Amino acid sequence: MVGVKSVPSPAISADERSHEVDHPSSQVAQFGADQPLRLDCGIDLTPFQIAYQTYGELNADRSNAILICHALTGDQHVANVHPVTGKSGWWDTLVGPGRPLDPRHYFIICANVIGGCMGSTGPASINPATGKVWGLDFPVITIPDMVRAQAMLIDRLGIDTLFAVVGGSMGGMQVLQWTAAYPKRVYSALAIACSTRHSAQNIAFHELGRQAVMADPDWHNGAYADQGIHPHRGLAVARMAAHITYLSDAALHRKFGRRMQDRELPTFSFDADFQVESYLRYQGSSFVERFDANSYLYLTRAMDYFDIAADHGGALAKAFADIQTRFCVVSFTSDWLFPTSESRALVHALNASSARVSFAEIETDRGHDAFLLDVPEFLDISRAFLQSAGKARGLTAKND
Amino acid sequence: MSEQQVLPLGGLTADQSGPFRADHLLVAGMVKPGSKVLDVGCGDGDLLQLLETRGVDGRGIELSREGVNRCVAKGLAVVQGDADTDLVNYPDDAFDYVILSQTLQATRQPKVVLENLLRIGRRAIVSFPNFGFWRMRLQLLIGGHMPRTDNLPATWYDTANIHFCTIKDFVELCDAIDVKMERAEALDLYGRPLRLRLPWWVWNMFGEQGVFLLTRGGKK
Repeated sequence: MVGVKSVPSPAISADERSHEVDHPSSQVAQFGADQPLRLDCGIDLTPFQIAYQTYGELNADRSNAILICHALTGDQHVANVHPVTGKSGWWDTLVGPGRPLDPRHYFIICANVIGGCMGSTGPASINPATGKVWGLDFPVITIPDMVRAQAMLIDRLGIDTLFAVVGGSMGGMQVLQWTAAYPKRVYSALAIACSTRHSAQNIAFHELGRQAVMADPDWHNGAYADQGIHPHRGLAVARMAAHITYLSDAALHRKFGRRMQDRELPTFSFDADFQVESYLRYQGSSFVERFDANSYLYLTRAMDYFDIAADHGGALAKAFADIQTRFCVVSFTSDWLFPTSESRALVHALNASSARVSFAEIETDRGHDAFLLDVPEFLDISRAFLQSAGKARGLTAKND
Repeated sequence: MSEQQVLPLGGLTADQSGPFRADHLLVAGMVKPGSKVLDVGCGDGDLLQLLETRGVDGRGIELSREGVNRCVAKGLAVVQGDADTDLVNYPDDAFDYVILSQTLQATRQPKVVLENLLRIGRRAIVSFPNFGFWRMRLQLLIGGHMPRTDNLPATWYDTANIHFCTIKDFVELCDAIDVKMERAEALDLYGRPLRLRLPWWVWNMFGEQGVFLLTRGGKK
């Protein structure tokens, strides 16, 4: 990572991006007029589609399925080469042969969320009513909407009970929503670096990102697709700001310090003199190659609205009353976006509901992003939790 | 005689491995099969494992991350937490038994912890090293230094144990906060229960540790 040069705006065309939106390099489940997605905003979304990847084989009694829920800017390509970026899967530390989520033992599913831009229906998709890109005509979606759509996909796949639902950050929110909405369909839940509600600080950061997008003249009130352009600059700034919140002071210092980028002395300009500037610019510009600006608005909004307790009369414990699901909650010491206190509040509510919960705070200086990185203690606990749950479930996953 | 003893001394071997510990077997014997149990300071989860073999629905709290990880690896439901700060978050009557095994002396507020145990659980089982044990007394009296034993090997400046007490002290605390003793056992140096019907002072002298099954008193 260190030493990357500042990268100019990507040379990707609007056509390339829209190709994955409409013709994803994934399996696709289509839901017609007979199966609308009932959204929290009161609108029935129909028709719609979900793009998803699977790894491994479903066993005979359909008891080994794991659903992975991706984070804000993730997608279904959890453990394969990404069709746009050419990079390896975003969670290949956790998923793969010999990893805690081993496709030799489990049937692993990961679906692009509703509102996303990698093949599931979202603001970048074509609105069948107009034949044009949805843009801001797309209804505002919520985390429960995403989960409702995933449940329809799981039905379609003929799976009644998921052995596990696993996710970090926005993915963790979906995990919790799964357990609150479909407690009997989730045997075990691994909720990582997440919260039962989005904090004021996090909403504030999201608002900053959205304003950056909307301030880009290329955004055109969300109708940029009609113009054949994309608000690269605004979205890149949004990504840069967000990326800082995924790291930590210590991690940035260790990685970059005050080191200069390909130069010995300051240039006395606003060029990217510092490595950390160069790194952020790279993060911003590479992000816009694969992500749709409106999709970013919708998904950040969904996270902002998330508040499980509010959906259950203000009492979080009620959301999990009498739940039989086995929970494992993990937080990271240096995560200031979803700090340990949020996970503890969740654990207290689960305790109050008599749920079977394990909780560990992992020591690391790598911030919120730690859940995506090779943090052995986190991987060990994930493996241990799934193995013991598998044993209780009667799965014969081997210990390797 | 002794006002509240605050004697820093040896660290506790809550992490002893191997076959089930004598005090664990005794504690497990006090728990009715099929009940719901919270083990506070559950270490590596050995006691919880023993309990689960008896059909107990067990949960644990453990301070150390390593302990939590090992517990989760064993399939136990354990959360990282602290007896002093986290018990308040559990609702009343959440468990049939709350166990505090060899941990009371390491808490900052043993009295508050004990009160919480009996709020969360209908019964509490508390075990602790007896500082009135004759060897302890002898080391202090003759040797003139802070006692260290096989079970409490840490030096005074190294130990996590900040609130040692004798069996007598503990009985007095229970009286003071209206806690009833349903059963009391003192274990000798080898973890064997002392003979019954001995006077308290004998227990306080020859018990290496005390194990108590407690319930709420009826005075309040």
